[in-house]
Amino acid sequence: MSQWIEDIAKGKDAVLFGIHMYGPGVLALIKVLLLLIPALILVPGLIWWERRLLSWMQDRIGPNRTGTITVPDNFPIKGLRGKKQRTAGLLQPIADGLKLFLKEDITPASIDRKVYFLAPAIALFPAFAIGGTLPWGSAYLPFGDAVGGIYSLLTPVANVDIGILYVLAISSLGVYGVVLAGYSSNNKYSLMGGLRSSAQLISYELAMGTALASIVLASGSLRMTDMVRVQEQALWGVLPAVQNWFVLTPFGLVGAVIFLICMIAETNRAPFDLPEAENELIAGYHTEYSSMKFAVFFMGEYAAMFFFSGVFAAVFLGGYNLLPLNYEYLATHGWNFLGQDMGGFWRGMAWFNYWAGPAIFVGKCVVGITFFIWLRATLPRLRYDQLMGLGWKTLLPLGISNLIIVGLWIVATKLWGIGGGWAAWAAAAAVLVIIYLNIASLSKKDEMAFGGRSVEMKDPSPRRTVKMVDPNKV
Amino acid sequence: MTPNQIVFLVLAFIAVMASAGVVVFGANAVRSALFLVLNFFVLGFIYFTLGAQLLGITQIMVYAGAIMVLFLFVIMMLQLHHGPQLKKYQDAKRPLAWLIGLGIFCLVFTQVIQKLSMTSQSPVTDEYGTPKAVGLVLYSTYSWPFEVTSVLLLIGVVGSILLAKRRI
Repeated sequence: MSQWIEDIAKGKDAVLFGIHMYGPGVLALIKVLLLLIPALILVPGLIWWERRLLSWMQDRIGPNRTGTITVPDNFPIKGLRGKKQRTAGLLQPIADGLKLFLKEDITPASIDRKVYFLAPAIALFPAFAIGGTLPWGSAYLPFGDAVGGIYSLLTPVANVDIGILYVLAISSLGVYGVVLAGYSSNNKYSLMGGLRSSAQLISYELAMGTALASIVLASGSLRMTDMVRVQEQALWGVLPAVQNWFVLTPFGLVGAVIFLICMIAETNRAPFDLPEAENELIAGYHTEYSSMKFAVFFMGEYAAMFFFSGVFAAVFLGGYNLLPLNYEYLATHGWNFLGQDMGGFWRGMAWFNYWAGPAIFVGKCVVGITFFIWLRATLPRLRYDQLMGLGWKTLLPLGISNLIIVGLWIVATKLWGIGGGWAAWAAAAAVLVIIYLNIASLSKKDEMAFGGRSVEMKDPSPRRTVKMVDPNKV
Repeated sequence: MTPNQIVFLVLAFIAVMASAGVVVFGANAVRSALFLVLNFFVLGFIYFTLGAQLLGITQIMVYAGAIMVLFLFVIMMLQLHHGPQLKKYQDAKRPLAWLIGLGIFCLVFTQVIQKLSMTSQSPVTDEYGTPKAVGLVLYSTYSWPFEVTSVLLLIGVVGSILLAKRRI
């Protein structure tokens, strides 16, 4: 046992639990299951978390009853009889799921039957497939550049050269489920939802692509594992004790904001949930879906949120690293605290960071989903023209200028070193801001010339004054 | 049969059936578009089996993911419902079409089957279609055609804006 613990501490290849003995087929199956099963288990929990968090933010109570266990009166231990154990409604999503599966499945009469039944399946496939290139554990052992350890065998499902392009391709397929559901239901509202979804997805995919392309330029690789690895280097090329998480770099921050907005638009979540806008389209594309088929759409939405948060964590938030700190550097460059040698502590932290990688990664995904829920509780839904304006007129130019600046930064860094690179970056950003301000002032003049959208009232006084009634005199 | 051949034949069968579905099975425009999506998707996988990763993923991203979504969008906007079809019972075009189709099929089949039965493994190396290899070739040997293509695309963008916007 102690030998085993030592092996773990040293990260020897012996600690592979015999997994390296399996053939590639079995190994692939294990990889896929290790990705899908946690996602499937987490989906009900996420639904509970969304409902509880929303209710908390909206000053409601939310589902807190289901799952209360009362000990029966004939229980052998006397002290426990009649006692209640609350689980804060954790079993509510399971009860909801059971209800959805047992409800009557209504199929409308004049639908395109084959497409109608196929649509939920098509919606579910890309939601789960997005996670195919996500690394949820470090393939590199701490202290050294050697590839090894258990995570190098188990993750990602496919460490392909085109990792980030795969994410883009699969997310672009996500629209089919929604569009086909809208079309096959033979319902005007559903069709409107499907059409809106396809227009929205195409608009935001471009901005998402530019945001990711800037990170690809900066990291020099399309592989997701390499992108995480690059983020473990020194911050801005000058601070070796801190990791270079892309969200901490200026261009990465811009890219992260663009990607975050596009991610919400791609998963059809509030404030971009126009395809299912309740007050305009009943329930949009899934108006005609009931019972299990609706549950499948629901599950797909949460799975897509989960995996998109994973992509965000891997590309911008340093993947499976807990804190943006280079433990290896701190351990080897003896940073003394109150006269104590902290090397052992940092070594321990490095190994903890390595072994807790999967938990940290899932934690980051949950933080991402919490952000989704927070936005849903905070922001009102965008109008359709606002949605298109945001995508095409704001995010896409911002993404492209970010891409150009990153290219400039790379060239300047190669020519004049790190300082020159950042100076060139700052100069280019300043020039772009000046150009933008000029263009913005131009379009403002233009708007004034055409009167804009505002309507001037002839009589601006309120039409109806509210009479105050004193309740005591009625 | 080697595993490579089985994989190729399965993918090829799906691709052929899908492309037949585009034009043969029924006259529903949306279904035809869907079959085309399936065809593009499987074609991407055939590229993968050839080691052309970048080409395959671009095929899925651009054709299956973007262009076909626009196609579906337009078809749904236009609400193309196929009306009752008139059938001509004596139409010389039908047997003629069968004949020409079979002729071309035999021609291609006889050419392809020989090569296919001899090939058991794709002749390319692992590095053949990676983004790095494609990028190196694209920006060195073929940089001139690449730049000309980008100019062509720019003209396309400007042209579409000119056509779509009434007032610039």
